[in-house]
Amino acid sequence: MSAAVQAKPQSRLLLSGNDAIARGVWEAGAKVAAAYPGTPSTEILESLSLYPDLYAEWSVNEKVAMEVAIGGSMSGARAFCAMKHVGLNVASDAFMTVTVAGVIGGLVIAVADDVGMSSSQNEQDSRFWGRFAHVPVLEPADSQEAYEMAKYAFELSEAYNTPVILRLTTRVCHVKAVVQVGEKVKHDIGGFKSDARRWVMTPANAKGLLPAQIAREGKLQTLAEASPMNFLDDGSDKRIGFVTSGPAYMHVRESFPDAPVLKLGFTYPVPVALVEKLAAGVEHLVVVEETEPLMERELKAAGLQAIHGKDLLPRLGELTPNVLIPAIKTFLGEPVPPTTTYPKFDPFPRPPTMCAACPHMGVYYSLARMRKNVQISGDIGCYTLGAGHPWNALDSTISMGASMGIALGMDKARSEETKDKAVVAVIGDSTFLHMGMQGLLDIVYNRGNVTVLILDNRTTGMTGGQNHAGTGKGLNGDDTPRVDFVRLVEALGVKPERISKIDPYVLPVVFKTIKRETAIPEVSVIITDRPCVLSEFYTKIEPYKVVDDDCTGCGNCINVGCPAITVKRSESKVRPDGKVNELKFTTIDTAMCTGCHMCVESCGPNAIVLAKPAAAAE
Amino acid sequence: MNDVITNILVCGTGGQGVMTAAEILSQAAIARGLDCKKSEVAGMAQRGGVVTSHVRFGKRVWSPVITPGTADILVAFEVAEGSRWADMLRPGGVAMVNTIRLVPPVVSAGLFKYPDDPVAQMRAAGVTVYDFDAGAIARELGDLRLVNTIMLGAIADYLPFPASELEEQIVGRFRERKPAMVEVNQRAFAAGRDAAGSAKTKTSAA
Repeated sequence: MSAAVQAKPQSRLLLSGNDAIARGVWEAGAKVAAAYPGTPSTEILESLSLYPDLYAEWSVNEKVAMEVAIGGSMSGARAFCAMKHVGLNVASDAFMTVTVAGVIGGLVIAVADDVGMSSSQNEQDSRFWGRFAHVPVLEPADSQEAYEMAKYAFELSEAYNTPVILRLTTRVCHVKAVVQVGEKVKHDIGGFKSDARRWVMTPANAKGLLPAQIAREGKLQTLAEASPMNFLDDGSDKRIGFVTSGPAYMHVRESFPDAPVLKLGFTYPVPVALVEKLAAGVEHLVVVEETEPLMERELKAAGLQAIHGKDLLPRLGELTPNVLIPAIKTFLGEPVPPTTTYPKFDPFPRPPTMCAACPHMGVYYSLARMRKNVQISGDIGCYTLGAGHPWNALDSTISMGASMGIALGMDKARSEETKDKAVVAVIGDSTFLHMGMQGLLDIVYNRGNVTVLILDNRTTGMTGGQNHAGTGKGLNGDDTPRVDFVRLVEALGVKPERISKIDPYVLPVVFKTIKRETAIPEVSVIITDRPCVLSEFYTKIEPYKVVDDDCTGCGNCINVGCPAITVKRSESKVRPDGKVNELKFTTIDTAMCTGCHMCVESCGPNAIVLAKPAAAAE
Repeated sequence: MNDVITNILVCGTGGQGVMTAAEILSQAAIARGLDCKKSEVAGMAQRGGVVTSHVRFGKRVWSPVITPGTADILVAFEVAEGSRWADMLRPGGVAMVNTIRLVPPVVSAGLFKYPDDPVAQMRAAGVTVYDFDAGAIARELGDLRLVNTIMLGAIADYLPFPASELEEQIVGRFRERKPAMVEVNQRAFAAGRDAAGSAKTKTSAA
């Protein structure tokens, strides 16, 4: 990252799309930048925070990030916000109205779609927002374009008085490619000037601005037709002309080197005339877009006939060469030779696991013990892994903060069969501050019977450990006020005697506290207080080992779910009553063990002891 | 090299240094003035999952991903991961495999089985595999983190540019920040080349 920050104009660097965007935003003279972490967009702000002359923050959620950027733009600064695709759902309330009001300083919104679903709960296509909000959409295909478009987007925004969407996908954000960077332009902050008709969106004021918004779209259409970001790579094989955007362009060029390709970077409004020109010179037109058939439908609606797209290609996932080639060859009636020679061995799955000593394990170990009697409403973060082996202790995950409202809904919709089950909501610290607080307030307000577990590990874990309002540190690691979760939930109306703050490493306490609170028919909050093992707040203690002679093979420690504990030897033992016991004798990888001692608490025969005698450890 | 693209797939598990190795390979290509793309799928890699990094370089690289069946080299930091991605190799491509077995919890708990001999499996399917214990070599050199340099050394003689250019990329990273590590990395790089050489001899003799 630092290489891009220090790079002189015209240097040639290997940059991820995210780092390239950061460079472009900085070069454009942006002064305000905000985001909430979300794969694959997270690194944009991390990278931006390293540049001088620019304010960058982690916001509590994407809507606030958007609003911070809007405030910056209103004040005449070039302003930027970044989020993953689902983040724009959260931010859309502010977005859908600022698009009416317009901008003063250029306002650019980078939104990263997780095409291929590497780390998200859905695969929505953010290009829809351009249509919905009547704003232009730029779609880079690689790091160089990401850098150039990020920089250009601010000019476009100011020239047409509109926010601009920079639509990214995982293969732009996380692919490193060669980028030639340029020079920083100077853009001073004009300062806020009061203009109520412009910024106070009462119906009367907003109504007056709507016609301009629609007229703008027409002008943008004309601009898109002439944009250098939309260009034709001509080809000799005129059987198919491709219309494509984003990384799909790269896959098309890779797969069909001789075909004419109309590469669209300024993709909304769709430059129909350019497509018509291509159509005139080829037999068939195929639109290759990730993921929804947006351009395809708009081109059809504009009267272009004989367009193919999703009739040949999948509606989901990446359109990589191994997807494109068979589909297009089949369409052309050509044989499809297999590309692979060697078989695909699928040895075993290797799902992501919680880390050794992850404080979430103690909670899920306990929830798994009482699994039959609880419904568990989960949320988005590392603790979603509680749905997996060996805990299997999660019943739902929908969206950020949803564990709260869903738990309340479950509580209010009990059947004869589930009436005695406890309803538990599990949420992390960052997610709680993002969108969980309102849900908890709703539970309190509507007298829900829900036990809320706030797993405070002092970081935004799944995205790689970002600071938030509950860590006491800002984006740059600077000290900031830290939220006190106990006082916060008390202020939301949870009774002080129903709030517990516990150490998740002490399994008996975790179990008893959950048991006690779920038995009381009102809202309780249990806050676990242990930092993420990957965070700066974590300190490693002394590792443990299993004493072979004392291990009875009960397998309890395996159920903690720690990756440092593995089965060394299995044995089937026939009991006197004829039942077979599967014994699992375990071992601890002392290099991985950090001494959290959760497994010690799970071990009946006390077979787990410090690897080094206590005295020697001093 | 003209229009020939070199495709290298680096694979392993979260935390093994797959991405660093791919980064160094890419930097070596860029230093040559080549176009290069490096693509990762590591959604939740930090948590012990499967990690792959696609490195492609040549005069002009289009797609950032390697099409199955076209990889020139498969660098596997873990033996079963090598077998998982063997179908990515082109006919005659080489799999350079570290023989360490990292057993995930789902296997340890008995839900799935770890294959007895993934290398034999690959060979039986006709894959050219050169395997060795990079961890043992690293321990001998005194630092387990040297596995990365050893694996890069192992493929150094299979690249379309001199091994010294790759070595320079590794050494250059240490020269300024940790000069004390330069020499041991040079030895690790050489040890990797030797290990690949003897693995090849052993395989050809078998």
